[in-house]
Amino acid sequence: MGLRKKNVLPGFGLSLGYTVFYLSLVVLIPFAALFSRTAQMSFMEFWDTISSPRVVASFWLSLYTSLSAASLNAVMGLLVAWVLVRYHFPLKTLVDALVDLPFALPTAVAGISLTTLYSVNGPLGKHLARWGIEVAYTPLGIIVALTFIGLPFVVRTLQPVLEDLDVEIEEAAASLGASRMKSLLYVVFPNLLPALLTGFALSFARAFGEYGSVVFISGNMPMRTEICPLLIMTKLEQFDYIGATAIAVVMLLVSFMMLFTINLLGWWSRKRTSSAA
Amino acid sequence: MESIHLNVRSHRKRPHSSTTEPKTVQWLLIGAAMAYLTLFLMIPLGTVFYQALEKGVGVYLAAITDPDALSAIRLTLLTAMIAVPANLVFGIAASWAIAKFDFKGKNLLITLIDLPFSVSPVISGLIFVLLFGLQGWFGPWLQEHDLEVIFAVPGIVLATVFVTFPFVARELIPLMQEQGSEEEEAAIVLGASGWKTFFWVTLPNMKWGLLYGVILCNARAMGEFGAVSVVSGHIRGSTNTMPLHVEILYNEYNFAAAFAMASLLAMLALVTLVLKKIIEWKTARDLSLLDDAETAVEENG
Amino acid sequence: MSIEVRNVTKQFGEFTALRDVSLTVPAGELVALLGPSGSGKTTLLRIIAGLETADSGAILFHGEDTTDQKLRDRKVGFVFQHYALFRHMTVFENVAFGLRVRPRRDRPGKQEIRDRVMKLLNLVQLQSLAHRYPSELSGGQRQRVALARALAVEPRVLLLDEPFGALDAKVRKELRRWLRRLHDEIHITSVFVTHDQEEALEVADRVAVMNEGRVEQEGTPEEVYHSPRTPFILNFLGNVNLFHGRMENGRAYIGNSSLELPAAAFQDNQTATVFIRPHLLDIHHQPTESGNFPAHVAHINAAGPLVRVELVSEWGDPVEVEISQDRYRFLALKENDKVFVTPKEMKVFVEDYVI
Repeated sequence: MGLRKKNVLPGFGLSLGYTVFYLSLVVLIPFAALFSRTAQMSFMEFWDTISSPRVVASFWLSLYTSLSAASLNAVMGLLVAWVLVRYHFPLKTLVDALVDLPFALPTAVAGISLTTLYSVNGPLGKHLARWGIEVAYTPLGIIVALTFIGLPFVVRTLQPVLEDLDVEIEEAAASLGASRMKSLLYVVFPNLLPALLTGFALSFARAFGEYGSVVFISGNMPMRTEICPLLIMTKLEQFDYIGATAIAVVMLLVSFMMLFTINLLGWWSRKRTSSAA
Repeated sequence: MESIHLNVRSHRKRPHSSTTEPKTVQWLLIGAAMAYLTLFLMIPLGTVFYQALEKGVGVYLAAITDPDALSAIRLTLLTAMIAVPANLVFGIAASWAIAKFDFKGKNLLITLIDLPFSVSPVISGLIFVLLFGLQGWFGPWLQEHDLEVIFAVPGIVLATVFVTFPFVARELIPLMQEQGSEEEEAAIVLGASGWKTFFWVTLPNMKWGLLYGVILCNARAMGEFGAVSVVSGHIRGSTNTMPLHVEILYNEYNFAAAFAMASLLAMLALVTLVLKKIIEWKTARDLSLLDDAETAVEENG
Repeated sequence: MSIEVRNVTKQFGEFTALRDVSLTVPAGELVALLGPSGSGKTTLLRIIAGLETADSGAILFHGEDTTDQKLRDRKVGFVFQHYALFRHMTVFENVAFGLRVRPRRDRPGKQEIRDRVMKLLNLVQLQSLAHRYPSELSGGQRQRVALARALAVEPRVLLLDEPFGALDAKVRKELRRWLRRLHDEIHITSVFVTHDQEEALEVADRVAVMNEGRVEQEGTPEEVYHSPRTPFILNFLGNVNLFHGRMENGRAYIGNSSLELPAAAFQDNQTATVFIRPHLLDIHHQPTESGNFPAHVAHINAAGPLVRVELVSEWGDPVEVEISQDRYRFLALKENDKVFVTPKEMKVFVEDYVI
């Protein structure tokens, strides 16, 4: 079956031709511009840009805020997915639908809303301020924004896996004398791990490149709350195209590494499920 | 048949004491999950509408009927009206080629189609500046011919097309791969031409996936901020889309107007979610109908 | 309309699906392509239909080469294994599809399409379900819709890919008898693919048995069943006991026992493989004059029209025998009885040649 070449259907040349043409026009040529611009740079130029303290600071900031947000989402996303799949409670369908909100809500809207909520005079911010916790215009605010935009990833990658998970394996574990905690830990959790990691990686990748929701809440102070994408923006506004490109290339490398990891995880989880079947 | 089926399923899914947690633990977990979602989803969403209407309906209406606001709405609609159909046609062509034929480099092609998703929106804008900006590849040529792309409407459209590029294709490719080609082969054997096969057989079969992709594509096209921000130049009343207009108003401390504009986008998001849910219901129903029929075949012919 | 397959070869990458296959399907006959999965039967059917192209060789319809013909102009009716019904169309629309997609000048009028579709639905006994969707039909009903849809375009030949493969045993039996009757009514040249020997032997006028990309034998069901030309066919067409022996003085020796051969002489000391179907073996309590071998009864299964007796021969091979209930009662067999097994008829293959 897999060997069969499907050759009676027409339109191969037309559809593939148009696909490649449009892909080149919209994606490949623009990317080529980015890489050719990078190639024009000398290595020293490149290195000077990306090793300047401000860039390094923004890079670390982006990295640790994204990791924090993705970790929070991994833990809470697992909880949300579990509750949505396994338990019954009122308005479940509505809650389930709302999980996708960060995918659908424009990031700028999320940004101004979170900033208003968490500024020192805001409805949430003023209570936190009493405890000495400042959220808006601090790295904590960045983490809040990145948590918002990365929230659906873990839930949505875990949900189908949890739904497909056969209750029988838990029954088997219970019949063999495992306590509920043990069967969750040793039987259920290993089955969820690939999807959980995939969700984490997707959430991180999204957070690392995020701009719209962060720009409002971060305050954009150089060395303190300036994330990578924002620094690219700043450089562009100063017409420092070389600087902007250099930072972009580093960010792209991280993105591609994440993409590669995600594909690897997907392959791992497919192997898991197929060998189990 | 269907009711029996549902009973069987719910019976199977009924949690046994050996595979579920005590009620108190359940409610604790549900409570924690709801607290998290309330804090991160519902309160931010509610805030948008609360802030938008806090100063009264009059201020709200004035904000969204302001000429600059109207021009932003118009530009956003125009951008979506170009980006969505363009990526729709592409999505159909790509999924036809990838799902119906075998060729070398297919996996590479699929990866490349996903590329815009893994790029920061700011970088998506940047590459168009590098292409069409004054110092860019086509910059000098454009200036000579007095054409503007960056800091003008074409740049906004291009950046939007780029960031929404994969949406339709990535919905359709797995769907069409799963459906296979037998129905199309049957149509061809029965004498249908290629186009008739496509319009009479393929298109109706992929309509839900298509709609799904279009809705997501549209939501992103109308809501895109980062990429558009880079290429727009923020010229009020001329190169401002709705999200950019939100930013301008917010930075001018005109919060009521900013949130009024934002509430329109939030409503778009809610409509998107509702449509998405409806489509998921429809496809789930179609699938379960198919499942039931197949079980019927196995059980009693 | 006859179909002639001439020296067709087809390769999928490294895998050879068809090796120089030739076959003639006489006009108006119902022919089965029978073989295990991977034998190339579906590929051959798809090549006849024009869904695949042969690497070399030709397909002739009524003596006319179809190689360069477009699929549309071949006028074949094809029934897919999983029916490939258009799921968003009703039964009526499915059957009408082939007529409605014709270019305007060849397209029959609305009323004519209606009449023709209803006539076909009558033929397949589905007129009452015309407005149902495929998902609302049972497997057997879908199968008949697929058939009606294929017939609607008035094909010159009808091709069916595992037409009963997806159905359960009972529906299968009903439907294949019904197909036989339908064929007797409309007499369209038909080819169907199956891996079920019972189905092929019961339904088809002629059977072509395929194995590893070749047609091993082609003939009427009786010919193929009673005079199989290769061990593969004998094996494939039903249960068979297999003994390895050697030839001496025109007798086949298995272990220490000798069995008489039907006719013809062999060279001595040739090794031979003897095939005997379970119902062509008999059991006696005493040795008989004709060839026989001792065995003991291992297991008896008397539930069924025939009694299946599993024995172990003197030299340790399992032997399966089918006897009638009467005979079983007469013998009063019990497990562990020592008995003698007599072949009534057998097939001997010596180094691949058949007697």
